[in-house]
Amino acid sequence: MSRPRPEPVQVVKQRRDAVLKALVSNIPYYSFMGFQFDRRGDEVTAIMPYNDSLIGNPMLPALHGGASAAFLEATALIVLSWSTLWEDMESGALSLDELEEGKLPRLPKTIDFSVDYLRTGLPRDSYARATLNRSGRRYASVFVEAWQDQRSRPYVQATGHFLMPQRQDSA
Amino acid sequence: MVDKSKIAQQFIKALPHSAALGMEFISLEDGTAGLAMDYDERFIGDPETKVISGGAVSALLDTCCGAAVLTHPKAPARTATMDLRIDYMRGAEPGQRISAFAEVYHMTRSVAFVRARAFDDDMENPVATATGAFTMEHK
Repeated sequence: MSRPRPEPVQVVKQRRDAVLKALVSNIPYYSFMGFQFDRRGDEVTAIMPYNDSLIGNPMLPALHGGASAAFLEATALIVLSWSTLWEDMESGALSLDELEEGKLPRLPKTIDFSVDYLRTGLPRDSYARATLNRSGRRYASVFVEAWQDQRSRPYVQATGHFLMPQRQDSA
Repeated sequence: MVDKSKIAQQFIKALPHSAALGMEFISLEDGTAGLAMDYDERFIGDPETKVISGGAVSALLDTCCGAAVLTHPKAPARTATMDLRIDYMRGAEPGQRISAFAEVYHMTRSVAFVRARAFDDDMENPVATATGAFTMEHK
């Protein structure tokens, strides 16, 4: 009885990081907003580093609600895409070379997005994680929350529905 | 006579994130607001179709709703978004300016209920709509 030898750790990390980077780095708006995505295994944490241009109310000061909403939507979209790519990525069905040439899988489309503002967004870095309520062939429902200083005290959360891209092989 | 449009543009300049997205007021009147944002390649959310990111449209709608609250005759000293739901009807046509129009459809001492619609050049079919509840923060 023998099982295949596990892949070397650097091969696994390089592949996963390359896929995540390819997914994110082609989206101009995410660069404009300064969004970053940190990966630990399959868990992705999005980061919105503080920047003066994210402020909505200079008197308080507080982050702009629109910036926070955009951050949550980006997190939901990337985590959803990432989860659907995971299997193809791990099996080798997804070509890294093609990805790096910019041949990206189609992104899901946002159908609706409902944001719940729990606390004032402070002028500091924000972090967000998304969980998939349901990820179907055509539709997905995603919950996402963001926090700043304390993980247990989210300042904004949202639920969104997404239309999944149709896979080429099923067309 | 106070120049309303000048005040409006100064209001936007005082909101760093709205200024960063290049938002400009079209109208501001008694619980309603019109706000526009030019197409900008930096705001693209889907590199394949060049369609603007939903996040940028959200920011436009959120600002527009907040402005409508502040122009209401019974406006609070300050307001903040409590919740905002956005429905995305279709992708905005690449290259076209996006205009949003918001109205306060009910206001109590504690809450303002607002709805808004966003359009590209096609004023018949909205790109997105929003409904939200905003806080009323009295001095």
